[in-house]
Amino acid sequence: MSTEELKAKLLPPLGKTHKMRYKPEKGHIQIENVSVDFGGDVFAVNDAFLEIMPGEFVCLLGPSGCGKSTLMNTVAGFVNPTYGSVKVDGMVIDKPGQDRGMVFQQHSLFPWKTVCDNVAFGPLMDGKGIDSARSTARSLLEMVGLSAYEKRFPGVLSGGMKQRVGIARALANYPSVLLMDEPFGALDAQTRAMMQENLLQIWEEFGITVIFVTHDIDEAVFLADRVVVMSASPGRLIADIKITLPRPRLAEVVTSEDYIKAKKQCMDLIRLESMRAFEQQRTTA
Amino acid sequence: MSKQSSAVISKVDGLTKDGTPVIEAGEKQATTSSEVVKPLRPVKSRVASRPWDRYLVRTLSIIGAVVIWYLCSVNHVSFIVSFENVPDPLVVGDQFLFLLGTEEFYKHIGVSIGRILISFGIASVLGVAVGILMGRSRIVADVIMPHIEILRPIPAVAWIPLAILMLPTEESSIIFITALGAFFPVVLSTLHGVEQSSEVYVRAARSLGAGKMAILRHVVLPGALPNIMSGLAIGMGVAWFSLLAGEIISGQYGIGYFTWNAYSLVEYENIVIGMLTIGGLGTTSTWLVKQASKPALRWQESER
Repeated sequence: MSTEELKAKLLPPLGKTHKMRYKPEKGHIQIENVSVDFGGDVFAVNDAFLEIMPGEFVCLLGPSGCGKSTLMNTVAGFVNPTYGSVKVDGMVIDKPGQDRGMVFQQHSLFPWKTVCDNVAFGPLMDGKGIDSARSTARSLLEMVGLSAYEKRFPGVLSGGMKQRVGIARALANYPSVLLMDEPFGALDAQTRAMMQENLLQIWEEFGITVIFVTHDIDEAVFLADRVVVMSASPGRLIADIKITLPRPRLAEVVTSEDYIKAKKQCMDLIRLESMRAFEQQRTTA
Repeated sequence: MSKQSSAVISKVDGLTKDGTPVIEAGEKQATTSSEVVKPLRPVKSRVASRPWDRYLVRTLSIIGAVVIWYLCSVNHVSFIVSFENVPDPLVVGDQFLFLLGTEEFYKHIGVSIGRILISFGIASVLGVAVGILMGRSRIVADVIMPHIEILRPIPAVAWIPLAILMLPTEESSIIFITALGAFFPVVLSTLHGVEQSSEVYVRAARSLGAGKMAILRHVVLPGALPNIMSGLAIGMGVAWFSLLAGEIISGQYGIGYFTWNAYSLVEYENIVIGMLTIGGLGTTSTWLVKQASKPALRWQESER
């Protein structure tokens, strides 16, 4: 493999990346006293209250099984809250919609559709003709650097490429909110770092609100404006930490003193809040 | 160009500077360890030539069976299995060549193929439709499943009296019996395929704005297609052996009728020819179904 090819593979050229020039108006999320139970007496999400401003990048951080995916699925409209309500731009959410794009953990591309048709699916469902849908798809594929693969099936792509197609597909309807459920969890560390950087560029370009679910504290601190921490059980939000690291953030940030300080703050607070939550549980039990 | 994109590009440069030695090291390793690379190649070429090897083995296997058949029948072997009255392959071959010269034989085959096409057509359309309905609706599945479970083990021959009683013409009875046989594998495979369809695809489609019909068309159906296609291939095979049963009631034509007739007239050669013709036609039509499904399943090749 030539160095050129390697370079293209590792770091695809992004579309015209520029700083957000406007203040996003859409993508205002209000999660109000949301509780979700799946029929048992244990809540998967317990009285969550969270407001996310338009254009904000929020990471939902917590251990596996803490209910962070469930909370995000209430915003996606896949799960209806047992109590409370979720509003996006003032509208109560009760089903999935094109205003909220979704990126899944893995294996969510339709394997029977070409890469191009996967991305074109959203516009097609939006009532666009197939030609117009495909041309939208092509421009998004160019943005994530995968134009060369448009006619291939997802099966031939690597994990990182698949997720880039997944992101392109989720953006193809130009949603105001992007919901990401541990999208890079299955990737190797190098690819993951690359993907995080790409994602931030796309986010700034689109001026989109992002909820990003992860159990990786480094990932959360690197990406987010705010890290919202969820405790293991019973699905409570225990901390809401502002990350003030300057943007644009490139991979080098993780070695900076500011980053380490932010991460340490984050960890201390999580420990403190976890202990407090644990104490509370013990006294109420 | 904005500040940010130039930052990205300088990042790329940094990567290649660091990256180049890594690649060189990799190439060096590849050339020095040619002993490791070399044994890999014959393995690859063997994989590539394997289809021919396999066809050769299959052909030899058939030839071997015919030779054993010949030896057994010429020597009138009678050890548990008796070949006393079994015509040998040469006699059968002679008779076959004779039949190929008669119009009658083609008529038998033509009529049977016509019945297969109609029956298989009905069975595929109904089977796929019912399978999808069952897969998508619990109530439909609960209503239909017990019938399938009870009716499926009943052999085609057992349907003959009822088919004659219940259906208006002889021809429709034959079609019914044949289609029924093919229906079960198609409906069960389709159901299995639909049930297997991954929830994450449905969710992805819904979040992209797909309604119920669009999910059916773009997600459920293509996802179930590999199963549907193998169900159709199995159904085609079953159709042929159900046809043989159905054609018992046929008074005139059909390769099944031909075989049954030879049986009642004690024409041993024709019995064997009838059986082998059904076998051959069944194999060919199953192969055709598989070939026809290939373009639609091209995406599966990339999954492996």
